[in-house]
Amino acid sequence: MNDRLRKYRNTMMMGIFIVATLIALIPLFGVLGYVVINGISALDLDFFMNLPKAMGVSGGGMANAIVGTLIMVLIASLIGMPVGILAAIYLTEYDRTSWLSIAVRFATDVLTGIPSIIVGIVIYTAVVLRMGHFSALAGGLALSIIMIPLIIRSTEEMLKLVSQSIREAGYALGISKRIIILRIILPTAAKGIITGAMLAVARVSGETAPLLFTALGNQYWARSLNEPIAALPVQIYQYATSPYAEWHQLAWAGSLVLILMVVILNLIARFAFRSRSN
Amino acid sequence: MGHSLSVRNLEAWYGSNKTLKGINMEIAPNQVTAIIGPSGCGKSTFVRCINRMHETLPGTKVKGEILLDEESIYDRDPVALRKMVGMVFQKANPFPSMSIYENVVAGLRLNGMKNKQTLHASAEKSLRMAALWDEVKDRLNYSGMSLSGGQQQRLCIARALAVEPSVLLMDEPASALDPIATTHIEELIRQLKENYTILIVTHNMQQAARIADSTAFFLNGELVEHGPTSEIFTNPNDKRTEDYITGRFG
Repeated sequence: MNDRLRKYRNTMMMGIFIVATLIALIPLFGVLGYVVINGISALDLDFFMNLPKAMGVSGGGMANAIVGTLIMVLIASLIGMPVGILAAIYLTEYDRTSWLSIAVRFATDVLTGIPSIIVGIVIYTAVVLRMGHFSALAGGLALSIIMIPLIIRSTEEMLKLVSQSIREAGYALGISKRIIILRIILPTAAKGIITGAMLAVARVSGETAPLLFTALGNQYWARSLNEPIAALPVQIYQYATSPYAEWHQLAWAGSLVLILMVVILNLIARFAFRSRSN
Repeated sequence: MGHSLSVRNLEAWYGSNKTLKGINMEIAPNQVTAIIGPSGCGKSTFVRCINRMHETLPGTKVKGEILLDEESIYDRDPVALRKMVGMVFQKANPFPSMSIYENVVAGLRLNGMKNKQTLHASAEKSLRMAALWDEVKDRLNYSGMSLSGGQQQRLCIARALAVEPSVLLMDEPASALDPIATTHIEELIRQLKENYTILIVTHNMQQAARIADSTAFFLNGELVEHGPTSEIFTNPNDKRTEDYITGRFG
């Protein structure tokens, strides 16, 4: 009797887990499916090749916004990855307990939770107002500020996973700390660090709010990093809030491209760095 | 050739916890010295002081003197010292990102040795000494983690030997291994003492009796007794030693 009750309860429990999992899948595939269905029809070669056209002229695209997003994500990565990874190395390998690392850890936790629009406003005040114009540089900088705490935290977790016994093995061979970090610890944690960095890139490439105040958006090609530049999320926002059906179509197509970019980055993070593990 | 070690008034702390309370001990060259004693008696701390690994942990402190061939180890650079005093740990710890070959020559390669022939010769020599060569010679490029537990431990021994230290510290090197792998490693230790001074921490008293020339009994951070192994096991001077080896405590 007791056995039957136990089995019955086990089955019940598993059923609850399965239902919860299915519920979690609904929004995921719902969003994905909705964007694909609405976006795919407006997605053609023109979309990738052309600038936005004036209202009423057909065949406009978002080429400038795609390139703009790539440029700003690149700027953000060039700043955010080295700063984030090197800071995480300091926190794990040199100084786990002092007030400085505790302060940095606290700050990164707070910063990851801060709404990204605040980062935009800060950069707007500190950089855009001072330089006198919106720019790709300001946009990239804003994105890098969102990236840094994400990368610090993910890198730190990965470095902590490297067993202390591995570090000791290095010391015991008479290898200097610098070499132990560069040649033993980093290669051991590389896969996880890169995955974390890729996910941070994916996260910022969809950011809209901080770019509204920094990159602004642009209907044309930006001629330098020092002037307003288009970005996919900003363009999507502007088109989706416009009253024109044709622009709504383009906004759907832009959303699809953005999702594809994030999916591709995720896939790279997952599969490209698998090889070394065995 | 192995070098002699001379330990004088060695005290060591973890935070406020004093784990070594004034150790005086002479360790003869080219001999196997076993350190026995119950858990927490300071055996591991003791060997970790000899290659100055103890002080790499935060909150630790060391006082006293250790002479390696009449020269204080504290006058030497710790990184340079550890090339002379190798260490094998309780749990095999090959570098996960490296192949078998890269693991063996890690100490040489990461210290700047680039000559491929030298590296290769050293890898083969070290693996042969560690009695692992025949098992891995056809798969040197496999990950070190692909080996069994006993093989991994011999890989770590080979890795320590490749640096050509003169003293080898072994902190319970066989405690996680099956009897066959243990026999391999004990055989290896007997051969290695021709060229090395070996200090081995062990929980296994039969093992100490089998391989050690002299044995030291530690208790609560103190060295109770140190003498020829046969004497320690058959006719100990101290009542506590006798109680421990006859299994009355610990």
